[in-house]
Amino acid sequence: MRRALAGCLALSVSAPPLGVFLVLRRMSLMSDVLQHGVLPGIALGAAVGGLSVWAMGTGGMIAGLAVALLAGWFARRTGLGEDSQLAGLYLVALAAGVAMVSAQRGVDLTHLLFGSVLAVDNTALLAMAGAATLTLPVLAVIWRPMVLESLDPGFPTVGGGVWHGCFLALVVLCVVSGFEALGTLMSVGLMMLPAISARHWCGSLAGQVSVAVALAIAASVGGLLISFNVEIPAGPAIVLTAGAIWVVSLLAGPREGLLRAHNG
Amino acid sequence: MLYRNHGQSAASSSSVSDRRNRLAAYPRRGGPGRGLVGRDLGFDVTPPPIRLDRVTLRRGGRDVLHDLTVTFTPGSLTAVAGPNGSGKSTLLQALCGSLPVASGRIDRGGMDTRAMALLPQEGRLDRTFPICCRDVVALGWTSRMGLFRRIGREQYAAVDRALNAVGLDGLGSRPIGALSAGQFQRVLFARTIVRDAPVILLDEPFSAIDATTEADLMAIVRGWHQQGRTIVVVLHDLDLIRAEFPDTLLLGSDPCVWGPTDGILTTRVARQARLHNRVPSTIGLSAEDSVVEKAA
Repeated sequence: MRRALAGCLALSVSAPPLGVFLVLRRMSLMSDVLQHGVLPGIALGAAVGGLSVWAMGTGGMIAGLAVALLAGWFARRTGLGEDSQLAGLYLVALAAGVAMVSAQRGVDLTHLLFGSVLAVDNTALLAMAGAATLTLPVLAVIWRPMVLESLDPGFPTVGGGVWHGCFLALVVLCVVSGFEALGTLMSVGLMMLPAISARHWCGSLAGQVSVAVALAIAASVGGLLISFNVEIPAGPAIVLTAGAIWVVSLLAGPREGLLRAHNG
Repeated sequence: MLYRNHGQSAASSSSVSDRRNRLAAYPRRGGPGRGLVGRDLGFDVTPPPIRLDRVTLRRGGRDVLHDLTVTFTPGSLTAVAGPNGSGKSTLLQALCGSLPVASGRIDRGGMDTRAMALLPQEGRLDRTFPICCRDVVALGWTSRMGLFRRIGREQYAAVDRALNAVGLDGLGSRPIGALSAGQFQRVLFARTIVRDAPVILLDEPFSAIDATTEADLMAIVRGWHQQGRTIVVVLHDLDLIRAEFPDTLLLGSDPCVWGPTDGILTTRVARQARLHNRVPSTIGLSAEDSVVEKAA
């Protein structure tokens, strides 16, 4: 439990900033695609290397990156139908993942999909902390190109797609590192919900990132407490808490809050 | 500056020097444009000529521009006109290297494409992005300084001067989402000032803005022209082209025509460009003016 808390706090620091950029780049759907996309990889990793964090994590990373590349390729080739292609991609990936997990005995599908606090051993904790440690400096480095690309896609930058690739790799890393505690279906929740909520609280990019991190920490702590006491998986508990925060932000947030008549 | 002194060699051919004389004789409106930008930021840049040789541009599997041969001489100020879909924006994107040519070649005289500043059409930028004017303008430095070097106090001072030059002093900390269309266009002009590019490409810079803003921004374009930059502007306003632009490239006709504006935009052609989708190829051009000929 304490390990799960530490891990979720690490994830709360690293994932929401990525979520803020995903929201700003209108790529919220991409996070869905990635979280479903890693499942077949994790299942394959478990089949090949057993139920170790490293085997499943490596499989998940590879599958996630492959899905990201595939999605990028779709986006370039098909143009208008991009979001429907992505939807198709993640449905297939989810079905394939569930089928592969079910084919193996001894793997608990619920744990993989929705997380289990008890599954967080030292290795898993290390993976989550490591992901956070890697994510923050890399994000700091690619911050300016990311801002530039999001704001003005036509502006000539050195490197072009490299920064976007780095960014997607970070997203995959955070999704995969969080699956032990949160489950593959839920780890994106900690990335996206605080980011979406933060839009209602702050107008500047740095502000949104800070608010998102704070909200994610609150959701992690609250969610884990609920999970511990009410016996529901950690993933849904944390995401539900983040969801409650989002609803409050949506209603009462100073920017574009629904309950404020004149918002700015 | 990296791109200085290419101009003299390019001006050696007689047609170019004739054009220069004509450019010198071209009556300009005096105004705040002159020296406004130059005095503040101290630029003196002359780009190499940009030559397009039988360039075909394709978009969505369709040729939008076919076999275009045209030269933008150093320091020229050219308006690109033509009906919607005639490839004006596509041409600018190809010029600055963000769209590969389908055939033919673009000779930039060895100039890096980052030395060409494209000011994109309104709507190409995400105006909901949470960023303030000052930071948008500061991002203009990245084309000269790279992505990772620190944008320090000196650079931000230039940013503030550019914001002053476009008449946005004091609005630097305002988020771009809170700006009017005209103010946002001023911000983009400020960013272009900061980029200090020898070649400036403007894609419909005056659409959706009022007359005051247009006059202010046109003064900046005039300032750039006087500093010797090569400027290509996509425009629909034929009256503005006649009043301010020495050269015009008219797309959508076959062959595309290019030359001094008064030769290109005859009353008849202007009326046809407004009223019809395509401009017929029988345009009253003298032989010297008709620089662009479709190879038979």
